[in-house]
Amino acid sequence: MTAGAEAGSEIPLRVAFGEALVELGALNDRVVVLDGDLGNSTRVDMFADAFPDRFFQMGIAEQNMAGVAAGLATTGLVPFVTTFAAFATNRDLDQVRMTIGQTKLHAVVVGGYSGIQIGRAGKTHQAIEDLAVFRAMPNMTVLAPADATETRKATFAAAQDVAGPVYMRLTRDASPVLFGDHGEFHVGRGVVMRRGSDVALISTGVQTTRTVRAADLLEAEGVSVHHLHLHTVKPLDEAAVIEAAATGAVVTCEDHSIIGGLGGAVAEVLSERCPTLMRRIGVRDVNIESAPNEALLEQHGLTPRHILAAAKEILGTW
Amino acid sequence: MASPDFEHLRRVATAVRRSVISAIHHAGAGHVGGPLSATDLLTVLYFHELRIDPADPSWSDRDRFIFSKGHSSIALYATLAERGYFPTDELLTFDQSGSRLQGHPDMLVTPGVDMSTGSLGQGLSPGLGMALAARLAGKDYRTYVMIGDGEAQEGQIWEASMVAARYGLDNLCAIVDWNGLQQYGWAESGEQPEDRMNPLVDPAGKWRAFGWHVVELDGHDLPAIVAALDEARSTTGRPTMLIAHTVKGKGVSFMEGDYLWHAKPITDEECELALAELAS
Repeated sequence: MTAGAEAGSEIPLRVAFGEALVELGALNDRVVVLDGDLGNSTRVDMFADAFPDRFFQMGIAEQNMAGVAAGLATTGLVPFVTTFAAFATNRDLDQVRMTIGQTKLHAVVVGGYSGIQIGRAGKTHQAIEDLAVFRAMPNMTVLAPADATETRKATFAAAQDVAGPVYMRLTRDASPVLFGDHGEFHVGRGVVMRRGSDVALISTGVQTTRTVRAADLLEAEGVSVHHLHLHTVKPLDEAAVIEAAATGAVVTCEDHSIIGGLGGAVAEVLSERCPTLMRRIGVRDVNIESAPNEALLEQHGLTPRHILAAAKEILGTW
Repeated sequence: MASPDFEHLRRVATAVRRSVISAIHHAGAGHVGGPLSATDLLTVLYFHELRIDPADPSWSDRDRFIFSKGHSSIALYATLAERGYFPTDELLTFDQSGSRLQGHPDMLVTPGVDMSTGSLGQGLSPGLGMALAARLAGKDYRTYVMIGDGEAQEGQIWEASMVAARYGLDNLCAIVDWNGLQQYGWAESGEQPEDRMNPLVDPAGKWRAFGWHVVELDGHDLPAIVAALDEARSTTGRPTMLIAHTVKGKGVSFMEGDYLWHAKPITDEECELALAELAS
């Protein structure tokens, strides 16, 4: 079970999601799951085994899958639409837009393998624009949990705390468990990981793990770090972002394009409310090759060392 | 099901067509040909086939109807008004700011609209979802989806067709308003040099191959429409596709079969002529 997962252990978000869906499905019989023929990757196979009558295989046909979810949702069911983030974002975009987004139906679109760490499959399967795309869509709530604990809570929140359409991005490979089970999870509310006064690191999704390490490195060098984790990219916790900007220097960190995702969202808020010097850690508007995770993180500047360098550069101490 | 009063259905269809002409004339622009080709099908659905209650549009056991060819919305609105979902006068607000009658059907604002449509090829999939939901809940409502032949060029229609057959959804009935013309189409694609007909050949064979029960009919022959819907309701184990051969612009002589009447303003004179033809 993911519930009560030990801090320090490593669990893939997709596994935490699969387990949470089974737990949720037992408590809420309105929850149904649609699969675009990736169930044993996205781990909705666990739900399929537990609740076969509420699991609908839709085949390799994502556009139809999104529309079917809309139809199910009109009757009060809560469909989880599951596929890889690259396809959830791009292949069925118009279907999600018109029949889920514009209708404000309560369906949860789950991007199972998001970001660049998707198992050496290369640019066709990497999703580096999902946050940007769904953030721009009216009515959507956009979630990017950092670890197994948050994934479980986000899965429950998507079904029970949000009334409209949700996009949730998950990841393929094992991630450290950062949070204990007793922490609060409120959609739209940021989590202050540590308070400090020299520089603010604002992170989302699994990139929060590397940001925690970067904060440790910075603190070891005597830099006072404010670290804000945003598991909800939309609605954005603007108050928490503005509070973080009181440091006068902000570095955003995401496993996503620097365009339009967390970095874009934070820049939008700060440029209007309190202009602040920023750097954005993320994929710099390029497509990415298939390679091992560590190599990709290094190549695209997503490691703790890169975050540290950005923070020091903005502080003028690099 | 009560046997239909075809004379009444004919009068309703004529009233709907008159409303379509008046509303588009009043709005100053809009789709005309597609609404007129779908009118007889909509009339039979709303005045004979569908188990609905205009006083309770969100009744959970109602039959569902999705008008996938959403650009023909004025025909749906005129039919809903005639059926009592809202006053007929409201049709003159079509496409105006603040109107419940948006350019394309919006389930959030229009009573009786079960799914928002407009971006083509998308209506069959939510219908499939509604049919699956009925099965899961043990409910006996049926789901109907009308698509245009043009939007059957969209791949999603065929994705949905495959999956609906896989689930054996005999509580799902789709109807193609096969008027053969679209907004612009292909030049010289049919039997006549400039007829611009949809090149999608043998639709019946295609849907049969996808596992559907298929009925071909004249989409302006009211008894044939009733019979086809009866056949769909009595078909078990698979969904039914009604391929309704229709005429774009049906009912107004100078609009029939002319792709240019897909969408354009109706002049005062054209409105008068059309309403005169639709007076009988």
